[in-house]
Amino acid sequence: MTTVANPTTTTASPPAPKRGLKLTPAALIWPAMLYLILTTQVPFFMTVYYSFFRYNLVIPDDRPFIGFGNYTTLLTNPQNLQVVWNTLVLAGGTLILTLLIGGAMALLLNRNFPGRSLLRTLMISSFLVMPIVTAVVWKNMLLNPVFGFFSWVVASLGGQPVDWLAQYPMASVIAMITWEWTPFAMLILLTGLQSLPDDQLEAARLDGASPLQEFRHIVMPHWTQAIQVVVLMETIALLQVYGEIYGSTSGGPGLATTNLPYFIYQKAFAEYNIGLASAAGVITVILTNILAIYLLRMINRTNQTNKGG
Amino acid sequence: MTTVPGTRAPIRRDRSRIKVRNTVLTVITYAVALAFLFPLVWMFLAAFKTEAEAFASPPVFAFTPILENFKNALPSYFPALKNSVIAAVGSTVLAFVLGLPAAFALAVYPTTRAQGTLTWMLSTKMMPAVGVIVPLFLLFRNLHLLDTLPGLILMYTTMNLPLVVWMMHSYMTEIPFAIYEAAKVDGASVAQEFFGIALPLSTPGMAATALLAVIFAWNEVFFAVNLTSSDAAPLSVFISSFKTSMGLFWAQMSAAAALTVLPVLIFGWVAQRQLVRGLSFGAVK
Repeated sequence: MTTVANPTTTTASPPAPKRGLKLTPAALIWPAMLYLILTTQVPFFMTVYYSFFRYNLVIPDDRPFIGFGNYTTLLTNPQNLQVVWNTLVLAGGTLILTLLIGGAMALLLNRNFPGRSLLRTLMISSFLVMPIVTAVVWKNMLLNPVFGFFSWVVASLGGQPVDWLAQYPMASVIAMITWEWTPFAMLILLTGLQSLPDDQLEAARLDGASPLQEFRHIVMPHWTQAIQVVVLMETIALLQVYGEIYGSTSGGPGLATTNLPYFIYQKAFAEYNIGLASAAGVITVILTNILAIYLLRMINRTNQTNKGG
Repeated sequence: MTTVPGTRAPIRRDRSRIKVRNTVLTVITYAVALAFLFPLVWMFLAAFKTEAEAFASPPVFAFTPILENFKNALPSYFPALKNSVIAAVGSTVLAFVLGLPAAFALAVYPTTRAQGTLTWMLSTKMMPAVGVIVPLFLLFRNLHLLDTLPGLILMYTTMNLPLVVWMMHSYMTEIPFAIYEAAKVDGASVAQEFFGIALPLSTPGMAATALLAVIFAWNEVFFAVNLTSSDAAPLSVFISSFKTSMGLFWAQMSAAAALTVLPVLIFGWVAQRQLVRGLSFGAVK
């Protein structure tokens, strides 16, 4: 009765759908929601559950509840604390380097010169390379102590050949991952720079601002949001680095380059220690979320200040 | 206005100095970019060398290119390629089937709850894979999904679904709302709005999103390594078989690696502009 087409109806609510085709907004959202709940939230709660048991796949029937036992084991063993420390050093070190190099590269590319767009396109290549390819190519062809390209460079400069992955494992891994992630920082930071109106810079120049002042008072405030996006996205991604370590050092030598994801992989898939691996997984999730929430808050605060100003 | 003529003069005087400075900066830019490209160039070059040339020290720069390495790598490359293509395309299609309606609903019926839903979906991206891998592994084992393509597709869909919803939401909110309203006045159903307006008008966005989703699935390592072994092993697992080769098969490894990264490089170069939007979840456009 009410479904008779009425051209004067301009209400915002959608017209009642026909029978059999009940596509309400909720019905459209639920499949995606349900899928994500089933594949992320449910497994995570199972991880939390497993983390309270002494559970090894080798002896699947003996599964005693041990409360926070796995967590105590994890957090009291100094070796495991080194793994947490490695995770932070790897993520933090790479983040700082990619911000510095990526930022400098963005400033360099934000000028007019021949071949600029080609360079910009080519620069993103290393970000697109599969992490495992990065790992095997760097390990074998660049960092190899005898035949590697870097050793040849060092030797031809009169130095001693270096076994990079053995002598400077963490620095080598950070260099490798920095190579991968600098284009990401560069790309986001360059886009941030390009949205800076030219007239602002020109006005500052006419007022006699030095390049340094120009950078500090005009470029930097405008750049903040892009920088925060890089920090947030990279933090989440770099805490999860796995392929590069799996393909190059396998966490070694010793524990020198073992981060939390690689540690969990070893506990779960080499030692079948499901309980301990789960506890480490929970710690990784908590660590990631603390950092992410903190960074998100910071971004929101800046956004509000920008809107207010 | 009046300050302009007065300040023009010093700028002109500095022009030659600025020109020199610009040239120097351009040279530095090229040098840094080439340094970043070097590992890739070196890998592509090695793919065309003989094994002896590939790990010669001092390195060989002049050589006669050969195609043997590619021929040798192909037999083991093709099955992995097939798995990678199926997993990447399959998961992208599934993520679109699930994500497009959600993105549409969140864009066209924006409520406070919709904003919360969107944020929640993004937050699933903050869940490290290691936080879910153990139960998923056990579940997959019980359901016989280990080392199968459906299993891999399911995980890659999880990875790409938030991306699809966020990117498509951002493209669909750009469609002028008046178009939907006009359609509603004409009595269009929700389905007609979705298939008749939202999808056709966001086709470029769909292409960019699909490209990104394929790249992410193609490059994924963690789920591939832990949930597949041989039958469903994608290219990332195939390449990792070279991780223990101590200098013996560099040329062949380079050929395999070149074949693996080339498609993604081309996709990424093409989708370069959309990359920023997808990588920052629309925060930087």
